[in-house]
Amino acid sequence: MNLPTVIQPLLHRVAETGRAAVPFTLDGEPASALAGDTVLTAVLTQATQLRRNEFSDEPRAGFCMMGACQDCWIATEQGERLRACSTFIAPGMALVTGRSGA
Amino acid sequence: MTTPSSSFALQPVIVGAGPAGVRAAQALVAHGLRPVVIDEASRAGGQIYRRPPSSLVERSANVLYGFEARRADAVHSAFDAVRERIDYRPDSLVWNAQGSRLDVLHGPTRSTSSVPYSQLIVATGATDRVLPVPGWTLPGVYTLGGAQVALKFQGCAIGQRVVFMGTGPLLYLVAYQYAKAGAKVAAVLDTSRFADQLAATPAMLRQPAVFAKGVYYVAWLRAHGVALHGGVRPLRVLGDAAEGRVAGVAWHDGREERTLACDAVGFGYALRSETQLADLLGCRFEFAPLHRAHLPVRDAAGRCSVRGMYLAGDGAGIMGADAAEWAGERAALALLADGGVAVDTARAAMLERKLHKLGAFREGLERAFPVPHDWAAHAPDELVVCRCENITAGTLRQTVAENGADEMNRLKALSRVGMGRCQGRMCGVAAAEILAHATGQPVQQVGRLRGQAPIKPIPIHLDTPAPSTEGAGA
Repeated sequence: MNLPTVIQPLLHRVAETGRAAVPFTLDGEPASALAGDTVLTAVLTQATQLRRNEFSDEPRAGFCMMGACQDCWIATEQGERLRACSTFIAPGMALVTGRSGA
Repeated sequence: MTTPSSSFALQPVIVGAGPAGVRAAQALVAHGLRPVVIDEASRAGGQIYRRPPSSLVERSANVLYGFEARRADAVHSAFDAVRERIDYRPDSLVWNAQGSRLDVLHGPTRSTSSVPYSQLIVATGATDRVLPVPGWTLPGVYTLGGAQVALKFQGCAIGQRVVFMGTGPLLYLVAYQYAKAGAKVAAVLDTSRFADQLAATPAMLRQPAVFAKGVYYVAWLRAHGVALHGGVRPLRVLGDAAEGRVAGVAWHDGREERTLACDAVGFGYALRSETQLADLLGCRFEFAPLHRAHLPVRDAAGRCSVRGMYLAGDGAGIMGADAAEWAGERAALALLADGGVAVDTARAAMLERKLHKLGAFREGLERAFPVPHDWAAHAPDELVVCRCENITAGTLRQTVAENGADEMNRLKALSRVGMGRCQGRMCGVAAAEILAHATGQPVQQVGRLRGQAPIKPIPIHLDTPAPSTEGAGA
């Protein structure tokens, strides 16, 4: 049997976990966030990166969380880019992190 | 006051709805005006009193803001009370300013507008002051302010075993907030020494309540077994190569190198002001030694060198949230008085006195948490300074050596540092320190990165209602 690798996400919820679920897809797989999550929170509570840096190709996961560093832009399957820390997750969003093997 | 003028035919505009912007709006409304208030966030409060999205409502103000709960509540209530009497534009970025107009992008709809103003109060706040350490681009490394936003705004910790590193009052506050929220704080690594804090105590006692809070955080952390190390020199964030994420930190404790395992790092060296709008509008700047930065020049009331323009809050120099409230109100009173409206001059004078008094405390803070001035000397060549475009300290030094760059904009043109998407917000402080060190100049001599529109990235395809607003030019 092929056991899936358990990814320890970056962010950990410590409060207000009883919110309504918001379905979206992450790297083509169905995923679930909570209402009021930013795209950054939605992704990094179940993954470890948002994108790859264009110059180093290394994974990035945001930095300032307040719309200043511009390091949390994430692509959608439609080729749009969203600033993950200041965009709220919406049902049906299809996000792509550039994770290898994804 | 002076003769009444017709300058209120147009709207006064306030940029920013943090403590300074909210108090400015309140004062203008109290004098019968209806200011436009433009804010990038979806809810008022600024970063310090950031409110969670309305769907996250379970936590009380006490849990969210701790000792600042009353202040946070007061600022939020003040805003809520004037909400219907202002022209409030949340989720809106001012991305350009010229000729008495602001170009504004409404994020959710991606529509732009051109907002005219007769007077302008700029209260754009601050971000973390960053002096990078090798490994700082690894997933799991966030600014101290970012770590706090994750907790306050999203109910999340940045990791399960977090190290907080750098210096400044925020270092202990965020560590305390994390520990209180149930996250494991592996250690607090402070580049300043406890002796610095001790020596600064007399100046800090000028604000006994603020000082007491700081002492409380440190004592609480100690009592709860959190390791606190002073006088450290951060060496690197250790990465887990396979997973591409934080695995630990290494630092020098004055005698030897030490390491500690962790899965996240929050770091920063106090704050830096967001001055781009003041720059675009032509305000005169001067080097401010206390802030170790070039800042727009303003008088005690907040008037800057451009007529009809006022600065308030951390965006004009880091003075903290309480000062921001006073400065916001003071700037509004100046705007009113300059426009011929009678104001309470005794109150204006009282606000100025409070701001002046806080100045001495602020100097004490700088002595207690000095920015490591030898940072550039220790920055290795392979250190990534610009995380947007992956430009290293070595590249900057090479640019100095080979091209003779001795000024920040020259260095930017030749190396692209500060030219990436963040426009130098994250790398500008560090690049200036590297340049100063490499050229043997004091940091005030190397100049500052010029602000450029758009001051933040904006989409090329915008819904542009009026033909007068040209495209991005990004």
